[in-house]
Amino acid sequence: MPRNSFEKIEIVSVFPQAKQVEDLIIEQAEKLGYSEEDIFALRLSLEEALTNAIRHGNGQDPQKKVKIRYRAQPEEVEIYIADEGKGFDPSLVPDPTREDKLECPSGRGIMLMRAYMDLLEYNVRGNEVHLVKQRLS
Amino acid sequence: MEKNSPKIKVTQENGVTIVELLAEEILDEGTISTISESLFAVVEDHAPVQLLLSFERVKHLSSSALGTLIRLNKRIDETGGKLRLCKIKKNLYEIFTITKLNKLFDIFEDRETAIKSFVC
Repeated sequence: MPRNSFEKIEIVSVFPQAKQVEDLIIEQAEKLGYSEEDIFALRLSLEEALTNAIRHGNGQDPQKKVKIRYRAQPEEVEIYIADEGKGFDPSLVPDPTREDKLECPSGRGIMLMRAYMDLLEYNVRGNEVHLVKQRLS
Repeated sequence: MEKNSPKIKVTQENGVTIVELLAEEILDEGTISTISESLFAVVEDHAPVQLLLSFERVKHLSSSALGTLIRLNKRIDETGGKLRLCKIKKNLYEIFTITKLNKLFDIFEDRETAIKSFVC
């Protein structure tokens, strides 16, 4: 079965635009009949990834763009989210469940995306995240 | 008369301030910021507060929302109060277990048990 091509969206680094992207991708997953659990995982991970791109990647600079490529298919939803920041090394992010980090108010987004997605990976520079959610069946 | 905001409902019961979160999605920065402002105002108005936060209507929660809860817990602690959480749906509770925040917060299944726990 041929795979769909990726849809491309570019937004400025403001949170309301991120919400529009989330709603668009979620709507497509819902149309394809993804379960409530899958939709829950997708919505959470999209929110985390887009927030990271806008806040940490682009420093909420409205001059900087976030580029999204996504492909919603019956068996999986695949998303790339790239910011214009200098990138980061995800292996250097401390484990937020460590005793000394438990009361730290930030640093849990990557852990949640890793828990809810079937694939989470970054490019070498660390300014693009690749997410895959396979249909739970 | 308690001050309510569009995103929270505040009531009193047996000396416990009960805040019901009215938003189904506490994901985006705008919603989190509005709720955060209202919650911190409740904490300051009732200090030292015995605060019960009900998640009955909440369906989605992000890591930023967890950050707000952590800051709120810290502030309540500083002012000599106590925070309890209740009525968290199974899939949301999973977020607390993944992040091990179920160890940091006192979480109750139902509202009545949570209210009683303040006097124990």
